[in-house]
Amino acid sequence: MTPYRRITRALPLSPAVVLLLLFLAGPIAYCVYIAFTDLQLTGQARASFVGFANFRHAFQDPEFRNAVWLTLVFTVLSSLVGQNTLGLALAALMKRASKPVRTLTGGVVITAWVLPEVVAGFLLYAFFRREGTLNAILDWLHLPRQNWLFTLPILAVSFANAWRGTAFSMLVYSAALDEIPSEITEAAEVDGAGGWRRMWHITLPMIRRSIGTNLMLNTLQTLSVFGLIWVMTRGGPGNRSQTLPLFMYEQAFQNSMIGYGTAVALLLLLVGSLFSVVYLRLLRTEV
Amino acid sequence: MPRKRTSRRLAADLSLLAVAVAFALPLAWVVLSSVDPHANLRVRVPDGFTLDNFDAILTPDITYTPLLNSLVLCGGGTALTVVCAALAAYPLSRFRSRLNRPFLLTILFATSLPITAIMVPVYALFVRVNLIDTLQGTIFFFAASQLPFAIWLMKNFMDGVPKELEEAAWTDGASSLQSLIRIVLPLMGPGLAVVTVFSFVMMWGNFFVPFMLLLSPDQMPASVSINDFFGNRGMVAYGQLAAFSVIYSTPVILLYVLVARRLGGGFALGGAVKG
Repeated sequence: MTPYRRITRALPLSPAVVLLLLFLAGPIAYCVYIAFTDLQLTGQARASFVGFANFRHAFQDPEFRNAVWLTLVFTVLSSLVGQNTLGLALAALMKRASKPVRTLTGGVVITAWVLPEVVAGFLLYAFFRREGTLNAILDWLHLPRQNWLFTLPILAVSFANAWRGTAFSMLVYSAALDEIPSEITEAAEVDGAGGWRRMWHITLPMIRRSIGTNLMLNTLQTLSVFGLIWVMTRGGPGNRSQTLPLFMYEQAFQNSMIGYGTAVALLLLLVGSLFSVVYLRLLRTEV
Repeated sequence: MPRKRTSRRLAADLSLLAVAVAFALPLAWVVLSSVDPHANLRVRVPDGFTLDNFDAILTPDITYTPLLNSLVLCGGGTALTVVCAALAAYPLSRFRSRLNRPFLLTILFATSLPITAIMVPVYALFVRVNLIDTLQGTIFFFAASQLPFAIWLMKNFMDGVPKELEEAAWTDGASSLQSLIRIVLPLMGPGLAVVTVFSFVMMWGNFFVPFMLLLSPDQMPASVSINDFFGNRGMVAYGQLAAFSVIYSTPVILLYVLVARRLGGGFALGGAVKG
């Protein structure tokens, strides 16, 4: 092939490559740069290079450690336990349920997923508020009411993220379960394997790749949740629901320390890249 | 055996219904409150039916301008994404090159990066290059953040269009661009619709990007302006907030239904999970 031909063939790629370089790769490179400076919003005119100071600061900062811990809790509760397990349970139940129930439940769960992030935040805010729906139900059951967003804010936002994100896992697992040949489950049934044993020994091993990719995608999505928590609690009260994205935002803008906030962003990006690489490896075994 | 199966189906039905009710409660709140003259924070049957909440918010300030801004931002972003993705997918799908695989792996890697993390540096960068508080800057960033997934999806759909049809056009002297526009894209209509709708829905619901990159109130899209119902207006009018949420959410729900019907439930997953 002539070089000329090679270039004309690759030409249609150029608009996309230019956009990606300028607006995605560029900011990421810039992120790496300012994470090592003391750039601030106000005061000094020029930022100077400070080496690893921002990162040292982060690891000694109790608020940063608090944010890491809350991010971990948020991810485990909402993504691992909530979205993933509930999604699998729903998909498995749907295989047995009657069609109208399947359609209805699927419709409701997917609507929660399609709603804009901020709207979902408001709906769950109303649900958990002191005068909200959850306490009304507890009253009705004669159970003690709670000011959920104050006493257990991280639990409330984790529940909210599970509510919003379960549909994705449900769809992934429904597709995965449909691909299991029915002869295999029927054979196990004839051999006398009960529901739980079939699930544990046959279904789960057969869909393990879907489980892997789904866990990765859920985790990555959960790592970057901002609007939902912002609307529900603003990271508060105090910093009791302040996950890393909200901590990054607060440091950069409320405390005007862009350099420090960006160092936190870079750490978040690194964790994300790590998950992303694992995800690619999982996909490669599948292709 | 049949009896056992019936009881099993009943158990599954009941569990699913319980989940459906739990998931539906917050949704019911927004729908019921929007027509309730005395809406508060809990789900309840309205003590009357009113459209006053909608009446009160259907003004240029509260609803029309933010929705128009959303439309400009997401329409612009989607158009840019779809055009760039279609052009980029063509050589990736049609021509062999040693660079295809590394490029596609990079794209796939980028689809799963937490974009939230780079919003602070993007803000700092936009301040330096004078793109902060501009619609075009936000549109460019929207398009770039959606592009990796769009290219990936588009390429997978394009692989489904047989190459023989274009070869005939090439012998008749058509250029690649002509055969892309006249032959390939029309044949992958549903795929094109999926990429378009998916990009639009993602941008329509996005809060953090416009929240960071736009500053003037008259440029705010609905995802950010909805915050005004709290804060500076003092007492929150929950009925109006609910009515606004309904209006703001309806387009994306309709679009989803439109595309999901045509392609079966998990349309968005085709590219993401199957690889």
